Amino acid sequence: MSTAIKDTQKMIEEILDAYPEKSKKDRAKHLAANDPSGQCSACQVKSNVKSRPGVMTVRGCAYAGAKGVVWGPVKDQITISHGPVGCGQYSWWSRRNYYNGQTGIDTFGTMHITTDFQEKNIVYGGDKGLDLALHELKGLFPLANGIGILSECPVGLIGDDIEAVSKRVEKEFKYPIVPVRCEGFRGVSQSLGHHIANDTIKDYVLGKGKLETSTPYDVALIGDYNIGGDAWASRKILEEMGLRVISQYTGDATINEIGIATKAKLNLIHCYRSMNYICRHMEEEYGIPWMEFNFFGPTKTYDSIRKIAAKFDEKIQKNAEAVIAKYKPVMDKIIEQYRAKLEGKKVMLYVGGLRPRHTIGAYEDLGMEVVASGYEFGHSDDYKRTYPEMKEGAVIMDDATLYELEEFTRRLKPDMVGSGIKEKYSYHKLGVPFRQMHSWDYSGPYHGFDGFPVFARDMDMTVNSPTWSLIRRKK
Amino acid sequence: MSTIKIKDHCDLFLEPEYQAQFERKKEFENPWPADKVKEVSEWTKTEEYKELNFARQNIKINPAKACQPLGAVFCASGFDGSMPFVQGAQGCVAYFRSHLSRHFKEPFAAISTSMTEDAAVFGGLNNMLEGLENTYALYKPKMIAVSTTCMAEVIGDDLNSYIKTAREKGVIPQELPVPFAHTPSFVGSHIVGYDNMLKGILKTLSEGKKGESNGKINIIPGFDTYTGNYHEIKRLMAMMGVEFTLLADVSETFDSPNTGEYKLYPGGTPIPEAMDAVNAIGTIALQKYSTVKTMDYIQKEWGQKTLTLSPIGIRNTDAFFEELSKLTGKPVPAAIEAERGRAVDAMVDSHPYVHGKRFALVGDPDILLGMMSLIMEMGGEPVHIICTNGDKHFEAEANELLASSPFGVNGKVYTGKDMWHMRSLLFTEPVDILIGNSYAKFLTRDTGTPLIRIGFPLFDRHHLHRYPVIGYQGALNLVTLIVNNVLDEMDRKTMDTTSFDVIR
Repeated sequence: MSTAIKDTQKMIEEILDAYPEKSKKDRAKHLAANDPSGQCSACQVKSNVKSRPGVMTVRGCAYAGAKGVVWGPVKDQITISHGPVGCGQYSWWSRRNYYNGQTGIDTFGTMHITTDFQEKNIVYGGDKGLDLALHELKGLFPLANGIGILSECPVGLIGDDIEAVSKRVEKEFKYPIVPVRCEGFRGVSQSLGHHIANDTIKDYVLGKGKLETSTPYDVALIGDYNIGGDAWASRKILEEMGLRVISQYTGDATINEIGIATKAKLNLIHCYRSMNYICRHMEEEYGIPWMEFNFFGPTKTYDSIRKIAAKFDEKIQKNAEAVIAKYKPVMDKIIEQYRAKLEGKKVMLYVGGLRPRHTIGAYEDLGMEVVASGYEFGHSDDYKRTYPEMKEGAVIMDDATLYELEEFTRRLKPDMVGSGIKEKYSYHKLGVPFRQMHSWDYSGPYHGFDGFPVFARDMDMTVNSPTWSLIRRKK
Repeated sequence: MSTIKIKDHCDLFLEPEYQAQFERKKEFENPWPADKVKEVSEWTKTEEYKELNFARQNIKINPAKACQPLGAVFCASGFDGSMPFVQGAQGCVAYFRSHLSRHFKEPFAAISTSMTEDAAVFGGLNNMLEGLENTYALYKPKMIAVSTTCMAEVIGDDLNSYIKTAREKGVIPQELPVPFAHTPSFVGSHIVGYDNMLKGILKTLSEGKKGESNGKINIIPGFDTYTGNYHEIKRLMAMMGVEFTLLADVSETFDSPNTGEYKLYPGGTPIPEAMDAVNAIGTIALQKYSTVKTMDYIQKEWGQKTLTLSPIGIRNTDAFFEELSKLTGKPVPAAIEAERGRAVDAMVDSHPYVHGKRFALVGDPDILLGMMSLIMEMGGEPVHIICTNGDKHFEAEANELLASSPFGVNGKVYTGKDMWHMRSLLFTEPVDILIGNSYAKFLTRDTGTPLIRIGFPLFDRHHLHRYPVIGYQGALNLVTLIVNNVLDEMDRKTMDTTSFDVIR
């Protein structure tokens, strides 16, 4: 075992000392020193298991994964937060899944629509009210192309049959009414919500869309939520390569686009964690191959463009090289502009989905090093994809707590931290440069060639803001 | 070296290549024809649509309210060393923390017991026990204030007995205060959760503490998200020379100085002071609808004189000082009277831009009442008043307030309605100015009504919550905000006309 790994392991042990015995034993399995070779068995973190009560996990719930991540961005569907008012209130347009359309008329993305359960719904059930609610929505929003019913905790606990209501009303409305059983107590994190949402896409929408023509270059862009316009920036590259993106979901997606996804020749998936399920399903049922790609930072983007092109003919491969040749000078210039200011800076990441590994290359393009990275709701397949991306002895964290994040920060002294809104302001207090990397701190896009310049600019302003130097620390 | 100008989402997608991409994408989207969209869009502005909209009974669209535990954790964080602790599913706490951080731009710590399917079947006792043990070990609180999510409420977790068990099993020390409140999210709203939690905390902390009068008064801010108000009330009390205890003082929690150090417990009402609150000569609540049960408890159980005085606007602030003076026997100092004079002077100067202006308001009950009062004091007319979480008492009080002024004659109060109702009202009976939280900006986009951001949450503007809206200084801040918004709007409208005046 190398010194780098031993040193990190020692640090982890010290941090864990504060925990009561049971939680200490548990948390020890979720923190590790990175071993890129995969030889060290103690370096594999345990993941996708229950958070310990009382430790202040950062995780959310199945509803957050199903409504907030997967279904929420589908723009021409009305998404009902079915249950009490809070869940929909707190997840209201917080993920910035950009879309084109007229909100409240033909698209509904920035709306918070809820059955607002009262005590009587708990006592007598919510199915009758749900049926009436669906009809009221149909009357007020005649151009909706579907309705999703995203269950909150009480729905599953009181034994409502939202599937029966959906089935009945779907016959009448003649568009998908999708019951999504994403009650927040199900599973251990957002992750199960993604899976449940994928399953409902499969059961209620997939294969039901209209597409007039097909070409050999038809692809689907999956697992891009168009945060700050990410998917549009990615789509631009794919189109310039000569590919025809027939389906983009769920960022800026319509029900029809998801419906025709089965007609793609290749499924391209960005956020593997949240949508690998649907890709696997389409592979098995429709024989559609799928591949992961990474459009963060020029190095990974060039690499991904070539790998995608390799799945097609010479024409596409030629286009791919032309696209790279077109953008490389601009990317080089951006790197030249920012690298000197960011070279050697250490980054700590604690995020979700694809970011803990996918953004590493973009940081490296700017000369920065990711010294610690972790997932809120990753599985072992995420970590397996992460180990080779990081240096030996780097810290790998699973379901980290506020306490651990603070301790790692104190010991690793990163030059910047990328995490969520719950973490952001404690880092501001600590005087550690911070970027909210769930919704790009209200900036973006970060994907593709149009996204990287914004990413570089934002990391520079984070690390090099003069405001950090104004903080007067106690001696 | 010339630098590359970087375009982010604000400019990038206006580029012709993206506009062309959006057009191409429509082939797959199966969109409605543009004229159909236009037709429906126009129809939503009609009286017919409004009637349909107001007829709905079973669905809320853009409601202006949150759920009970949000208010509970907010309240719990207002005591020194207190850790908000929520029994239930973990996503809720992630949401509360995010929501409060987005408004205040401050860290907010709270604990979840991370209940999952097994707890749904067997109850949440084990989660509570392990949760308390871990919380105490890792975060070393002086108090753990327990509230609940709807999951724990539906399965019927018994907080009282669970906490007792935790003490018996020794997972937390005997002397650690662990107040609790049942805060089901399917009853009331965040303001009720605040009330329940505060009552729970005061009940626990005051137990066995009744003794000699301490000569102080208690002040309860309520679910007040203006940190400036907390600083302001302290300043005013000091000017009055009144000794007081601010109960649930979240000012440091949500507005702590940057010293390069992250403090988990940056301040709040000291626990010993909160314990002694039972011995005050009286309690004043600065909000009514977020303190109903607490004030009832204080009056009945503590036997204190209780007053609810919400000092927003001139006359409300007058009443506040008058009653405070009566209660404490202290005169209102000249310096406060001078502040009144300055605020009134500003209102006299600015009145031409507010007089006769029609206002639509949406928000929590207490802030709505205060704003209605202030607007009418300047000759403005509250027209549409929407209070999603208002009850019949609020409705009666708001109607009474409207009836008290000739400027209230056009006002109509809607409780239980939401911002989609407001959208209809703004089309069928337009107003000049809309007052509401950040989500009301969608109403501005749809109807063109300019928005003044007052209330909660304020996500898309920075630091507004740092400026007080209570007292005479608060009135001055509000007048400044309102009149300058009117003037900004006037500038926007007259940019290409001769009316683009430089002196207003």
